[in-house]
Amino acid sequence: MIEVIGLSKRFGTTQVLSDITATFAQGVVNQVIGKSGSGKSVLAKCIVGLHRPDEGRVLYDGRPFHELDLADKRTIRQEIGMLFQSAALFDSMTVLDNVMFPLRMFAGMTVAEMEKRARFCLERVNIVGKDVLFPAELSGGMQKRVGIARAIAMNPKYLFCDEPNSGLDPQTSILIDELIKEITEEYGTTTIVITHDMNSVIETGQNILFLHTGRCWWTGDREALLASDNEELKAFVFASELMRQARKGLLGSV
Amino acid sequence: MNILFHIGRYFEFLGHVFGRPERMSLYGRRVAEEVDQLGVKSLGIVALLSVFMGAVITIQTASNIDAAWIPDYVVGFTARQSVILEFSPTIISLILAGKVGSNIAAEVGTMRVKEQIDALDIMGVNSASYLILPKIVAAMLINPFLIVISMFLSIFGGWVVSGLTGVVAPNAYIQGLQWDFDPFTVTYALIKTVVFAFIITSVAAYHGYHTQGGALEVGRSSTTAVVFSSVVILIANYMLTQLLLI
Ligand SMILES: Nc1ncnc2c1ncn2[C@@H]1O[C@H](COP(=O)(O)OP(=O)(O)OP(=O)(O)O)[C@@H](O)[C@H]1O
Ligand SMILES: [Mg+2]
Repeated sequence: MIEVIGLSKRFGTTQVLSDITATFAQGVVNQVIGKSGSGKSVLAKCIVGLHRPDEGRVLYDGRPFHELDLADKRTIRQEIGMLFQSAALFDSMTVLDNVMFPLRMFAGMTVAEMEKRARFCLERVNIVGKDVLFPAELSGGMQKRVGIARAIAMNPKYLFCDEPNSGLDPQTSILIDELIKEITEEYGTTTIVITHDMNSVIETGQNILFLHTGRCWWTGDREALLASDNEELKAFVFASELMRQARKGLLGSV
Repeated sequence: MNILFHIGRYFEFLGHVFGRPERMSLYGRRVAEEVDQLGVKSLGIVALLSVFMGAVITIQTASNIDAAWIPDYVVGFTARQSVILEFSPTIISLILAGKVGSNIAAEVGTMRVKEQIDALDIMGVNSASYLILPKIVAAMLINPFLIVISMFLSIFGGWVVSGLTGVVAPNAYIQGLQWDFDPFTVTYALIKTVVFAFIITSVAAYHGYHTQGGALEVGRSSTTAVVFSSVVILIANYMLTQLLLI
């Protein structure tokens, strides 16, 4: 479980996040939604400590991350898997080496074991036979999937995915959603997914956080989302006619 | 003010670079890669420059020493001293600051703006140490070899040109090379080289590591890295010379 308490962050004079308080439950895919530029990535980076929040605390199962010293922070970080919005694969390493990298650093496995584990993770994201390619030789969607494989290589306790299915076709996108859900439930991971994909929010949303003007504007699950009459939330989620239709249909059936 | 900020942040950065490394066993391989990348791949340009500069130094010295009472071998002596004391350790290091320094700043800067350094930090890796320490160690190991090779090739270039043009007789040149040789000049040159290697790699890496923004800023870091490391080399050159030779 990750708890965020009163977190604020500004860059220069722009206040990006103001007083965010939220709880991200274990074994559940927690989703963060919000407009482009609303601060979703900044929130994730504050939680994992890539940005230092101006105010507020972040508790990893009760451990106050930002108050720990460097060594203890590293211990928590080894329990974190993160997929960056840009995938952030290492350009100088092959696909297989990218996924093996965290294992090499921390797992203390033999090379054969590491390769086996890396291949297993790559198979889970449907990347097969690309072991020796370099990131520059992959499509954007494939880079994302390799990024997920690398993030799950160490069986993280906390998994962060910044837009895991942007740039993916609807089919692969659903596959990735299911994969993240499976991993979360199988290993009891605390998972935070930042997404623009309203499809997956409406279909699988269990704990949704809507960021708006740098505030935690609304939280709830998919049923609450469908029934909500929060104007900003409705304007964001049901922006398209298709979504409005879907909402009507789904509301009728509940 | 700006300079003080950089100096402070540079030393803080060095603190991270020399902080606790993760897996010592991985460092050996990284150092070997960097020796290849930073050292072996610079061999060509260093060799080319050295031969030509050695030739030019010899011609210039010979054509400036035309008083009849100065013996011919002084040309060889002067060329040797110029090469060992200044040309090879300092000028070649400045060239390497341009080549290797911009390469390091661009590589590390790209990793920064493409969030790859963040990815390392998230995994709990000490990114500064993992990325930079092997570069510093590799350059400090390999640059002395480059500089010694440069010394030999420069002196060789002078010898070739003495034979080709007759500005000085080749055996007078060789006699000059052997005249009044003080091995400490080589020690002095190698001390400078090692210090400059540290400056080139750490200053360039510092600028790359603190890049903010995108491709444009990576280019800018690369330029600043070369300017800063060159200036620091010149200052260090002066201080070391005063310290070691007076
Ligand atoms: N390093 C930074 N320095 C200054 N401002 C920043 C920095 N990172 C983000 N911002 C600002 O913070 C705001 C939120 O950015 P963020 O990347 O979190 O948006 P986002 O919600 O992830 O958007 P998207 O959905 O497009 O990825 C933006 O206005 C951005 O300009
Ligand atoms: Mg984002």
